[in-house]
Amino acid sequence: MQQIINFVLRNKSFLLFLLLFSIGLGLTIQSHSYHKSKFINSANSVSGGVYNSVNSIDQYFHLKTENELLLEDNKALKSLLFNLDINDSIIDPQHLQYSVIGAKVVKNSYSAQDNYLTIKAGTKDSITEDLGVITSKGIVGIIDKTSNNYSRVLSILNSQSRVNAKLKSSYHIGSLIWNTKAPNTVQLVDVSKFANIKIGDTIETGGQSSIFPEGIPIGTILDFKDDQGGDTYNINVTLFNDMTNIGHVYIVTNKDKQEIKALQNNLPNE
Amino acid sequence: MNNTSTQILRFLGLLLLQVTICNNINFLGYINPYVYVLFVLVFPINVNRQLFLFLSFLLGLCVDIFSDSGGVHAAATVALAYFRPPVLKFSFGAMYDYQTIKFSNTEIGSRIGYFTLLVVLHHLILFSLEVFKFSEILLVLKKTLFSSLFTIFICLLFTVLFSKKTK
Repeated sequence: MQQIINFVLRNKSFLLFLLLFSIGLGLTIQSHSYHKSKFINSANSVSGGVYNSVNSIDQYFHLKTENELLLEDNKALKSLLFNLDINDSIIDPQHLQYSVIGAKVVKNSYSAQDNYLTIKAGTKDSITEDLGVITSKGIVGIIDKTSNNYSRVLSILNSQSRVNAKLKSSYHIGSLIWNTKAPNTVQLVDVSKFANIKIGDTIETGGQSSIFPEGIPIGTILDFKDDQGGDTYNINVTLFNDMTNIGHVYIVTNKDKQEIKALQNNLPNE
Repeated sequence: MNNTSTQILRFLGLLLLQVTICNNINFLGYINPYVYVLFVLVFPINVNRQLFLFLSFLLGLCVDIFSDSGGVHAAATVALAYFRPPVLKFSFGAMYDYQTIKFSNTEIGSRIGYFTLLVVLHHLILFSLEVFKFSEILLVLKKTLFSSLFTIFICLLFTVLFSKKTK
């Protein structure tokens, strides 16, 4: 017993190092498995607050581009509205399946392997996990962690990101992943060989998950090649969104999500 | 007392500098300096070793929280702190044995050697954990090389700028 205590005392630096290093290692491994990292994320009031105050200075430098973006957005919406012949009573937000919440991005990263954004909207603004995040140009990611005032978004530029997507011209679906190489190119895999693919075709979200509504633009086909197995295509997609420059985002909530989830969970598991 | 407050200020200052500015440089797409290692590099050597290890871990963990990277910075920084004494001995030799190192008095050559060894070690662990794949070892080495050069340069610049004049 004496010897054990002596051993601990003699090597206390090494043992402390081992302990702390294995904690760090454990947190790393945890963060590499989806939806596991519990404590270590930037959606807390301290880091969120720091990013928010830095961002409130930084956003002045982007006012011009943000304004242009809004103008473009408004233009598109207006032209849609003028050509739409409906009376006002139909557009009642209570009856719409999807509703949209706006939020400011306070932190954005795109150079690491697993990128996250932090946005200034949390559970107070009725944000929950697994909501889709988009801009007017295309998709950004999925809400991953929330706190009172801030949320973390799992960017599509993340090795763990998987989004259901389809070709605009047909209903052939695939999953959108990122090979961690370039911040403006993502990969669409598992697309059936029956699909008729041309370079320059548009890719958009498929309606198969309850996270994104159908038909949100993602990007255009850069090039494509056969999968190693030869049964499917691997497609490189150039994003519409400039992921390195995102000021404001929209969060899409699906009213029927609980219903869809409940229905899917009721299916018998074999 | 004065020394303690200096260290606390340095801790917070380097942390904020890292997460608000240095993490967003992205030179040539992915090269960032990791200046916060300077806290570990110039930490006084006669302070309790366990406290030093713990502070390093805390600093790494704070950087991790801000940059959403799990525990990679914490693990790399604690390893850096643990392997500092042998590198100190290797770089400064006799001065370390008598515990009389003042970083502002050291020769620039041995200081560069000391920084290089430790920064490369830190970055190697950092990027291996971040990439977390054996098949991407070339990417790890590439990132380590370029980011290390950047970090060493910035750290040397800082030590030269902020060292007290002795003459």
